Amino acid sequence: MSPVFTAFRALVRKDIALFLRDRRALVISVLTPIVLAAFFGSLFGGTGSGGNPISRMAVGITDADDSALTQAVVESLSQDTSLDIRMLPEDQARQLVKSGKLRAAIVFPAGFEAAATGALVGLGKMPDVQLFYDPSQTMVRPMVAGLLTQHVMQRISRPNFIGNSRPAPFNLVNTAVTTGPRYNSYAHSFAGMSIQFILFMGIDAGVTLLLMRQEGMWRRLRAAPLSRAVLLGSRVAATTLISMLILTVVYLVAGLVFGVRIAGSVPGFIMVAITFSVLAATTGLMISALGRSVGATRGVATFAVLVLVMLGGAWVPSFLFPEWLQQVTEFVPTRWAVDGMDAMTWRGLPLQSALAPAAILLGWSVLFALIAVWRFSWEDD
Amino acid sequence: MQLVAERLQKKFGAITAVAGVSFGATAGEVLGLLGPNGAGKSTTISMLAGLTKPDSGSVTIDGVTLGTGADPTKRRLGLVTQEIALLEELPARRNLEFFGGLYGLAGHALAARIAAVLELTSLADRAGDPPNEFSGGMRRRLNIACALLHEPQILLLDEPTVGVDPQSRNAIFETIEALAGEGRTLIYTTHYMEEVERLCDRIVIIDHGKVLADDTLAGLLASAPVANKLTLTYDVPPDGAALAEITGLPGVIQVDLAGTALSVSATDLGTAAPRVLERLAARGFSCQELTSRRSNLEDVFLALTGRTLRDT
Repeated sequence: MSPVFTAFRALVRKDIALFLRDRRALVISVLTPIVLAAFFGSLFGGTGSGGNPISRMAVGITDADDSALTQAVVESLSQDTSLDIRMLPEDQARQLVKSGKLRAAIVFPAGFEAAATGALVGLGKMPDVQLFYDPSQTMVRPMVAGLLTQHVMQRISRPNFIGNSRPAPFNLVNTAVTTGPRYNSYAHSFAGMSIQFILFMGIDAGVTLLLMRQEGMWRRLRAAPLSRAVLLGSRVAATTLISMLILTVVYLVAGLVFGVRIAGSVPGFIMVAITFSVLAATTGLMISALGRSVGATRGVATFAVLVLVMLGGAWVPSFLFPEWLQQVTEFVPTRWAVDGMDAMTWRGLPLQSALAPAAILLGWSVLFALIAVWRFSWEDD
Repeated sequence: MQLVAERLQKKFGAITAVAGVSFGATAGEVLGLLGPNGAGKSTTISMLAGLTKPDSGSVTIDGVTLGTGADPTKRRLGLVTQEIALLEELPARRNLEFFGGLYGLAGHALAARIAAVLELTSLADRAGDPPNEFSGGMRRRLNIACALLHEPQILLLDEPTVGVDPQSRNAIFETIEALAGEGRTLIYTTHYMEEVERLCDRIVIIDHGKVLADDTLAGLLASAPVANKLTLTYDVPPDGAALAEITGLPGVIQVDLAGTALSVSATDLGTAAPRVLERLAARGFSCQELTSRRSNLEDVFLALTGRTLRDT
């Protein structure tokens, strides 16, 4: 075995041994993403098997008309599984929306039935229905408005209100479009949280190199007849292996406990995992090259990682972002990591779908590595 | 084995850290490198260890110029850093495996070297414990052991006894003496004069990036413009006439009076002390206390740099 390989192996083994002995690092890198991914996964629908019903929206209704139509609409809305209907006086309903206890409140005015049925056939003015909503939850207003319109139209079009019954001229067949077995929101949350905490581990690896400089270890390593490629390459290799180790453990738990499956290409998943791990390692290397003091570097790098994972859609799906922001995230490596893992897990896509994310992650890694080598201060011990 | 530093020069921006340092060390020699902080000592050690490339000048080992990075000549050097650079959480043996691995050692060869350095540094019975459970002295000894695994012919020791208790310091001295006895070349930096006086065959004093002196201890003491000192304490301080008489005695270089304490510097205390005491007694001045001290390296250092080593 060549002395260079022996040295490289010693450096990699050292980093892995230190990581495994550091309980704090283990907890942060392995346990925390599992716990958070389990939490976020359960929030966004769990395994999709009906085991984790989405909580119903609390909506208040004030029926000042108290007509057959409004009673029928209220009955119809009450049967909707996505709503939790509460009959309340207007003032109280408004107050509860204001305090966040209700997502929205609907107020049917007196004379609603007469005005609405007349307006439907072109007679008279349309009645005003008040909709109070919490402005912090922008998705609630269109959802409640849509449900209200649907139920009013269903009731108002029945024979006892106007003419003949007019059922919708189609049946709506709902199909979740994935090639995977079934959508499992844990798959997305485990991808997002793994990426976040592996990047944190990458930061730690970079900060460790700064500490090694402070404590004389780096000086000692450089006293050995080792090239820059061996010294920096071994750190990239060690961090990549640690990252792969974390991903393996996290996804084992995800698979065994939360039913996450690699429904797509296993080689594709491995490819995305490896390229992302290299990205985490080169991120750490770049941090160690650009950073000066340990405290400041850790703070700035943590902030940068949080922004990256947020833009990458690890917390909130990126389709909720404004259009311009969605275009910006095309240039964010974490977006490709999340998309790549989603593609290989619950979306069940083939190997080809992993090629673009892997290539882009690798491209970013090369860029980070070049910056690190360029900016690395060799004679600063 | 001969280490030669020749006209080493290194600048950091506008600051000249080392300005033409030259010296040499031969096999079995312990060379003391002394200098105040900022004198250029650390930069010199960095260049000797192949960590920093000189702007000009060279370091050669048996005529082969030392480079940086992966230069194989670095295998002939061992560096004991001032900081205790160990993997604190890993057992001592794992530390040694790691540092041996950096020099390409593996398998039986590595195991044999680990056993040897553990024996040399008297740490064999603690090989399974991590350094963070060691005393300061044991950690220092392990720090030295890590630099010896690849059997370097030249060992650079940068203040290896900082924060060490006297017992451990003695153990380190014995290790260093044993290594020198094996024919290795040792370059030793320290702030402790007594260490240099005990260990070093030759001493190089550096300040402002230049070599101020390069000689044996005896040579330095003989050449330095310093003297042995006699301090006498009187109830009544000697008057001007008495001081003038003492100053004129043969061998007396300087006389200072501070309060009731009289300091007399002389080339030879053996002849000067009885004469001073006799003349003062004849003038009615009765000595209450007397101390004497022969000149030492501290005086040489002070004379050359204007600072004491403790100040640095």
